[in-house]
Amino acid sequence: MIAATVPDVLVFVTAALLIVVGALGVLAVKNPVHAALSLIMTLFGVAIAFVAQSADFLAAVQVIVYAGAIVVLFLFVIMFLGVDRREHVEVEPLVGQRAFAGIGVVVTVAGIVTLMAKSHWVTGAVAVSGQGTPIVPGSANVREVGTAVFTTYLFAFEATAALLIIAVVGAVLLARRERRRDEIDEATASAAPVTEGSDR
Amino acid sequence: MTVPAAWYLVLAAILFGIGALGLLTRRSALIMFMCVELMLNAVNLTFVTFSRTLRDIGGQAAVFFVMVVAAAEVTVGLGIVVSVFRRRNSTSVDELAEMKG
Repeated sequence: MIAATVPDVLVFVTAALLIVVGALGVLAVKNPVHAALSLIMTLFGVAIAFVAQSADFLAAVQVIVYAGAIVVLFLFVIMFLGVDRREHVEVEPLVGQRAFAGIGVVVTVAGIVTLMAKSHWVTGAVAVSGQGTPIVPGSANVREVGTAVFTTYLFAFEATAALLIIAVVGAVLLARRERRRDEIDEATASAAPVTEGSDR
Repeated sequence: MTVPAAWYLVLAAILFGIGALGLLTRRSALIMFMCVELMLNAVNLTFVTFSRTLRDIGGQAAVFFVMVVAAAEVTVGLGIVVSVFRRRNSTSVDELAEMKG
């Protein structure tokens, strides 16, 4: 493998710093709004890592969908509910849960890293999945992604369309305020046009 | 040529670990969702790294689908959080010890 140049290392270090600092921010801060902003930092770091690995389309989608839509949805819910500062961090319902969680996570990460260091399953074999579209290293491959999604993975693509519709309907059903029994009776008795959303 | 794939894989493992730690230790349902997003991003990073290493576009297509599922998951999850908050006036998962509404 050709040695990495200095700019490549700098890009990696920048992305890694953004990712780790942002993730630790999500882990540590008390205010949920600050946690959401730290999450944006991590997501931008991942987008940088995508660009550095010539996944340009995914980097754009990462910024638009994650930072643009998902984090905004988080912020919207946080502000809709009011900032919930009453997280009882000091209370431990399960004794020693935090310590065991820390030990478990350290063991897991160490295991993954050891596995990567000891085994050689990154073989460098090209296109092991057979029908996959080979990509040229270092080139933008938006066209290849589009071709793969709309040919090889067409069924999965259509399934995601159904999934999104189901998610939207489910979210609306879950989040809308239930009307009380007397309100419904009143509405049907007076046969007035129902003014949805006027009293939320 | 970019930096070795192993660097990105270790970075993804660390990100996954931080996300898992947050999911296990935090009490607010919103923060827990954010930690799930961190873990999903770690897996996405792994997918893209292997897509580059093996020169197969399938990894990037998989990331695309992971993003769609993550968006759907967050939408429904936050809907549930809003619904729970209306009943309990809290998003702490400790207070959700029963299935009753």
